[in-house]
Amino acid sequence: MKIVLTVSSSSIDAEFDPRFGRCAYFLVMDTETMKWEAFQNPGINASGGAGTQAAQFIAQKKVAAVISGDFGPNASAALNAAGILMYRNKDSGSIQDIVKRFNAGELEKVDVPSASGSHH
Amino acid sequence: MRITVASGKGGTGKTTVATSLAISLALNNPALPPLFLDCDVEAPNAHLFLKPAFKDKKDVSILIPSIDESKCTGCGRCADVCEYHAIAVLNNKVLVFPQLCHGCGSCTLICPTKAIWEVPNVMGVLESGITPLDINFAHGIMNIGEPMAVPVIQQLKKWAAPQPGQVVIVDAPPGTSCPVVESARGADFLLLVTEPTPFGLHDLKLAAQVAKELGIPVGVIINREGIGNASVENFCETQGLPILMRIPYDLAIAKGTAQGQALPEIYPKYTLLFQQLFAEISRMVVHQ
Amino acid sequence: MKQLVILSGKGGTGKTSITAALAHLAHNDTIPLVLADADVDAANLELVLSPNVLEEHDFMGGKVANIDLEKCIGCGKCELVCRFDAINHQGRKYQVDPIACDGCSACVYQCPTNAISMELQLAGHWFKSETYYGPLFHAALRPAQENSGKLVTMVKQQARLLAMDANYPLLIVDGPPGIGCPVISTVSGADMALILTEPSLAGVHDMERALEMTHHFNVPAVVCINKFDVYLDGAIQIEEYCHKHNYEVIGRIPYDSSIIEAMINGEPVTAFRPESPASKEIHTVWQNIIQFMNLN
Repeated sequence: MKIVLTVSSSSIDAEFDPRFGRCAYFLVMDTETMKWEAFQNPGINASGGAGTQAAQFIAQKKVAAVISGDFGPNASAALNAAGILMYRNKDSGSIQDIVKRFNAGELEKVDVPSASGSHH
Repeated sequence: MRITVASGKGGTGKTTVATSLAISLALNNPALPPLFLDCDVEAPNAHLFLKPAFKDKKDVSILIPSIDESKCTGCGRCADVCEYHAIAVLNNKVLVFPQLCHGCGSCTLICPTKAIWEVPNVMGVLESGITPLDINFAHGIMNIGEPMAVPVIQQLKKWAAPQPGQVVIVDAPPGTSCPVVESARGADFLLLVTEPTPFGLHDLKLAAQVAKELGIPVGVIINREGIGNASVENFCETQGLPILMRIPYDLAIAKGTAQGQALPEIYPKYTLLFQQLFAEISRMVVHQ
Repeated sequence: MKQLVILSGKGGTGKTSITAALAHLAHNDTIPLVLADADVDAANLELVLSPNVLEEHDFMGGKVANIDLEKCIGCGKCELVCRFDAINHQGRKYQVDPIACDGCSACVYQCPTNAISMELQLAGHWFKSETYYGPLFHAALRPAQENSGKLVTMVKQQARLLAMDANYPLLIVDGPPGIGCPVISTVSGADMALILTEPSLAGVHDMERALEMTHHFNVPAVVCINKFDVYLDGAIQIEEYCHKHNYEVIGRIPYDSSIIEAMINGEPVTAFRPESPASKEIHTVWQNIIQFMNLN
C-alpha cells in the first residue's frame, strides 16, 4: 500500500518531522516494495491553511495513510474527508524503522484532532 | 475632526492619552462631547478608564461559504480560487475552514453550478454606550482564536458614526501593520505617544512612517519623560516632528493609571493641558 | 527541541527585556538556544542583543490586484465584487488601492477581459543573525503592510528548522502584543507560554485574554508579574485569578529602573546589573522555566 511520512529532507535517510502541515518534505512510500519518492511541502511557509494545503497535496498522491507526529484540527478534518488514515509516530528512528512498526501494526491510529489551532 | 492616537510600541500610554483627551474635551464642551472609538479590538482597555454604561450591542460577522451538496459536482473550482486555503475539496467533499476565510466571496461567484451560498460567521462583538461625562463610547471585542482584527475595526467605524461637528478620538492598537492602518484611516491627525527609551524611539520611527504612507499630519507626546534618555527628543527635532506634550514619569500617575484613572482625574491641571493640546492640533490641521 | 513563547496581551509589559535576560541566563547555564523575535511590526529584541546580521531575505507578503488599463473596458464588475472597498473609478479609469486590497483575487476571476493580475508585494525582510547568546531570527515588516502573521510564521519556521537541524534544545520566541493572527502564529506549536503581565487594570484584563487564547490553542501557560509593586491590589488580583484558574505565577519582578538602563546600554538586564532586584527575580523565573519545561 502507498503511505506518506512527514520528513525533514528529501532522502530515505531523512529525519522524521513530527509536524504535519509544516514538515519540509513528504516521503511517499510503497510499503511492500519499499520504493519511495520525496516531494517538497508546498505549504511550509503559508501563514494559515498549511494543514489543509498539505492534506490536499497528499490526497492527490492517492495514498492510503499518513504517518506524522501531530495533526491539527483542519488537517484532520481534511484527511478524514479524503479517506486517508492518520497514524502517529512518537519514537525516534529511521524511516525504515517507522515503516516496519507501521507494517507490524504498532503505530497509534488517530481518530480525533490531536492538537488545537494552527501548527507551526 | 478625527484624531487617532497610536504609537508603534505597546504600553507607551495611548489609552491614557486618548481617554484624557476625550475627558478634557467633554468637560470643555458639555453640549457636544466627543465620540470615543477603542479600535484595539484584540485587547480593548479604554472602557476601564471611561467606564461607559453599555447599551447597544452588535455581532461582527463576515460572510463565509456554505455548500449545497445537492448541486455540488466536486469540480474543485472553489478551492482553486481561494487564496487563503479556507476551502478544500477532497473525495468530492467540500470542507470550509471558517477561521481561514476572509469573506471575499470569490468561491461563491466562481462556482459553476451555483452550489455555494453565504452565511454570516460571527467573529466578535461591538458595544456602545455613554460615559458619566456623556462621551459617546464604542469598542469592538474580537473573539479569541479569530485571526483578523481588521473587519472588526472596519465595522466598528461604520457602526459608531459621529454626529455632525462631533470630535472623534480613536484609540489605536499597538504595532504598525494593518489593524493600525485601519484605525488611522480617515483621521485628520495622528497623535503618536512614545517613551524616551531605545524601544520607544525605534518604534516611533516606524509609526512616523505609517503616518507618512497615509499622508496624515503627525504630532508626538513623550510619556514617562525622565525614565530614559534624550534620543527620542533629538530624533523629533531632526525630523521636524512637533512634540506637543511631555508627561513626566510620576509614581502617582503610574498608580492612578493602573487603577483606571485618566490624567485629569489624577492631576486636574491636565484638563486644561489637553484642551490646549486639542487647540494646537486644530491649528495644525487647519494650516495643512 | 522545546519552544517557549513570551506573550502578554497588553503591550509594554516587558516581554522583550525578559526574553533578552532569559537568553543570557540560558547561555550561562550552557543550554544552547535559538531566538526568534516574532514582533515583526516593531522588532525590539535586536536593540539589546547586538546582533550581527548574517543573512537578509526579501519577504513577499500578500498579493495586490493590478488593473491593466489597456485591457480594461470599464465595465465596473471588479468594483462591484470587491468586498474590501479597494477598487474605485474616476470616469472609466479603474484603480486599486493597494493598502485596502486584501489579495483575494475575486476581481481577477470576474473580469471579463482578463485585465487584472495579482502582484506579490515586497512586504518586508527577515534576517538570520548571530548574537552572543545564540542565533537570532528577526524581521522588519514595512510600515502599513499586511500579512504580519505570515512574516511571523516565516521567522518562526526558519528558527525552528535551524533548531531542529542543529539539535538545539530550546527556542525562545519574543511575541507581539494582542491576540490576533501574529500572536496566533507565534503561539502555535509552542510547548510553553510565559504570560508577562503588569498589575494595572488594563494589564490584568489583557492577561485574561492572553490566557484564554493559550487555553484555546492548548498551549500550557505560566504567568509572571512585572512591576508588581506599582499597584499591589492589581498584583493580588492577578494572583487570585491565576490561583482560581490553576495557573502558576512563576515570578514577581519589582519595578526596577535597571531594566531601562540596561536597554539604553544595549544589554540584557541580568548581564548589565546582575545584583539588581529585577535580575535576581528573573533568575527565579528562569529556574522555574527549567523545571516546568524539563530543560535539564
